[in-house]
Order: sequence, then structure tokens, then C-alpha cells
Amino acid sequence: MPWDRNQMAERAAQELEDGMYVNLGIGIPTLVANYVGDKDITLQSENGMLGMGPFPFEGEEDPDLINAGKQTITEMDRTAYFDSATSFGMIRGGKIAAAILGAMEVAENGDLANWMIPGKLVKGMGGAMDLVAGVGRVIVVMDHTNKHGQSKILKECTLPLTGKGVVDLIITNLGVLEVGHKGLHILETAPDVTREDIRAATEARIV
Amino acid sequence: MKKIYANATEALDGLLRDDMLIAAGGFGLCGIPELLLQAIKDSGVKNLTFASNNAGVDDFGIGILLQTRQVSKMISSYVGENDEFMRQYLAGELEIEFNPQGTLAERMRAAGCGIPGFYTKTGVGTQVAEGKEHKDFNGETYVLEEGIFADLSIVKAWKADETGNCIFRKTARNFNPPAAMCGQVCVMEVEEIVPVGSLDPDHIHLPGIYVHRLIQGTHEKRIEQRTVRQREEA
Repeated sequence: MPWDRNQMAERAAQELEDGMYVNLGIGIPTLVANYVGDKDITLQSENGMLGMGPFPFEGEEDPDLINAGKQTITEMDRTAYFDSATSFGMIRGGKIAAAILGAMEVAENGDLANWMIPGKLVKGMGGAMDLVAGVGRVIVVMDHTNKHGQSKILKECTLPLTGKGVVDLIITNLGVLEVGHKGLHILETAPDVTREDIRAATEARIV
Repeated sequence: MKKIYANATEALDGLLRDDMLIAAGGFGLCGIPELLLQAIKDSGVKNLTFASNNAGVDDFGIGILLQTRQVSKMISSYVGENDEFMRQYLAGELEIEFNPQGTLAERMRAAGCGIPGFYTKTGVGTQVAEGKEHKDFNGETYVLEEGIFADLSIVKAWKADETGNCIFRKTARNFNPPAAMCGQVCVMEVEEIVPVGSLDPDHIHLPGIYVHRLIQGTHEKRIEQRTVRQREEA
């Protein structure tokens, strides 16, 4: 059976190691925080915070304390605040070990598209281009196929890129794929999903 | 040296003109210079370009200047929360230059430091880099991005002393320091002006050299997305 959203997040959490500073995107990546267990992980929020805590209790919301999704959050004992230039300095400077984010399309060479669909409303890339260009490891978590059943893992992206050759690992509802020099490698399959199932659902070259 | 003004309108007196480029602090509705934005609206100045990470919501933040059609161009990284913005944008009434968020912050910071351009990996191989100069360093390709030299900076801090030395609070700092640095003139609004000597000099986030005019006022500080968790039973 393919993984559900929480199981994908749980699998992504396995990629994180003790001591890492990590940036989590919106959607399924946000759920990864629920599965880090005993590992000492510090979450970055690119609007200017390291050490992001959970949502506040009702009545304790602080308008001066939000995450990059503009949601109210809390601080922790280890929290540090800084301005946006410093925040993206640590991202661009490679100090953030990993970013986990969603995608519309990923190509077999690691190209990533997740910010615009031509002809549709474009809201902007936010910090996605900076993150994928700067962090140590880019992990994409997404459904393997779109709502029409078509592969989201392609030979080449059809949508405008967020980053070129930036993705390291893809975790989908069907399994885990690594971006290698000559193509994609299947590292793991979800329960009762075969390698053939993944090949059949993938347009990109799997070696 | 008199930096303190009675209110936002007086603090902006003589600084506003049509067609100017204004850098504004804030992320979403967090840490935005809400009093100065209201005063800019009241002034009626138009055809403004704003360098600001976001464009507010329909009735708060830069959104109030969109309602009155005072903005002709935005330089932003994300504008998703504003229906009026989207309407004007789709109708071709408003120009938008999308910048990656870190590139936008660094364009402000760089200009404030006298750096007219810098190379970054961000956006290489994407639409953002098209038409821009590229250069290889140590086998990697970078794209040239230019500093944003604004005519005016409008920012918000938590507390400032009478000389403009200031501290921000939590994530309301965000774009405020780089936005403050990149303007020819910077006007800052704070929740409290305190006497010189009452802030620890080691804890100043932005020195007063960047702040030319200062006002104190009451802020609404609207929350854009209120998210909470349930208390567990004890």
C-alpha cells in the first residue's frame, strides 16, 4: 500500500541526523517535525528564526512570532532571531544542512519546478529558489503522480524551474528515489509497491 | 539632532513624491510599518514602486495603497494573500518583479552597504536569471544581482532610543534592518521611544545611524494566520 502523507513525512524524518539545522517547507514537509523523535534537530524559519517551536496554545498567539507560512508559532529555549538578510545568508552560505519541500515536477537530473504554472496565477517563489540553491541537501516530498495520474518525475521539467540540478532525494507515496549522475535510483519502495510499479509510474529514467 | 516627530504624517513631511521607490520592512503582516503606510495613503502620493517582500492583505499593509491605486510596481517574493493585488496584476494595472526572497533581502542589504551588485547561485538556470550577467567562480555559475537603492525606507521596530538605536521583537525583525539600510532617508515607527542610555549598547539590533526620523505609536499588529494547538488534559 502506498504511503500516506504522514508516512511520507515519517520517512523523510529518517533522513535527518542529530545536530542538523533544517528548513521545512509548507504542506507535508511541515509534518516531518512530528517524526524527528529523539534527534536533536533545529528548525529554521526563513523569515528570521532558528529553533522554531510548535503552534501556541489558544490565547498565547503573538503577532510578532510567525513562521514562513505566516502562521503563529512559539519559541524554544534555544531560539535565535535575526533579520532576513542574515537568514538567507545562512541559507545561501550552505549552513542549513537540509531543506524538505514539496514539488510540482522533478526531473531526472535534479531540476525542480514548484513555483509557477504559466497561464495560472503566479504568487511568487518566496524563499524556495534561495533554499534549493543554498542548502546542503534538498529532499522533495510529493505524490508520485498528479491528479491526472501522470508522473511528476520527468525526463525534463515542463514548468519553469525553481532550481537547476538541485534535488538530491525524492520521497513519494510509492517510494524513495535518489538523484544519481546517470539517472534516478530506487532506494526503497512503500509496502506492497514493487520496483516495477514505480518504473511504470515514472516518466524519468530509472537506472 | 532631532529625529523624533509627533506622528507619521509629520515624519514623512517633505519626503514623499510621485514615482518614488520605497523600501518597506515586514514579512506578511508581521513587523510592517503600518502607521507610515497609512500616512502615505493619506498623502495621496502615487505611482509608487515598493520593494517589499509581500503586498499585505486587501485592507491592511501595502494593500491599503493598492485600493487607492497609489502603487504601480512591486518588487516582492510572494504576493499570494491579496485579492485586489491579484486583480490589478491580472488586469495589467500593476507591474510585479518577482525576486527570490533572499536575493531581495540581500539587494537591500548590499545597497545599504554601498555594494551595487553581487553574485549569487540563487536562480541560476531559472527565469529569474534570464538576461543577467553570469560568472563562474571555482567551477560554479553565479548570477549578478543589483542592489536596491531606495529613495525612502519605511520600517518598524519595537523600541528605539531618542537617537534611533533600536531593537526588534522576535520575527518582526525580518526585512526591517535591510530595508532601513537601503534608503536615502529612513523613517522608523516604534512601539516605544525610550531615553538614550536605557537600551544596552550591546543589544542594539540596528544602530541609529540608519534611522533619520522616528515616531512612536499604537500598532494594531494584525495576525494573518492564527494557528493554535489544543491543551492536553493535565
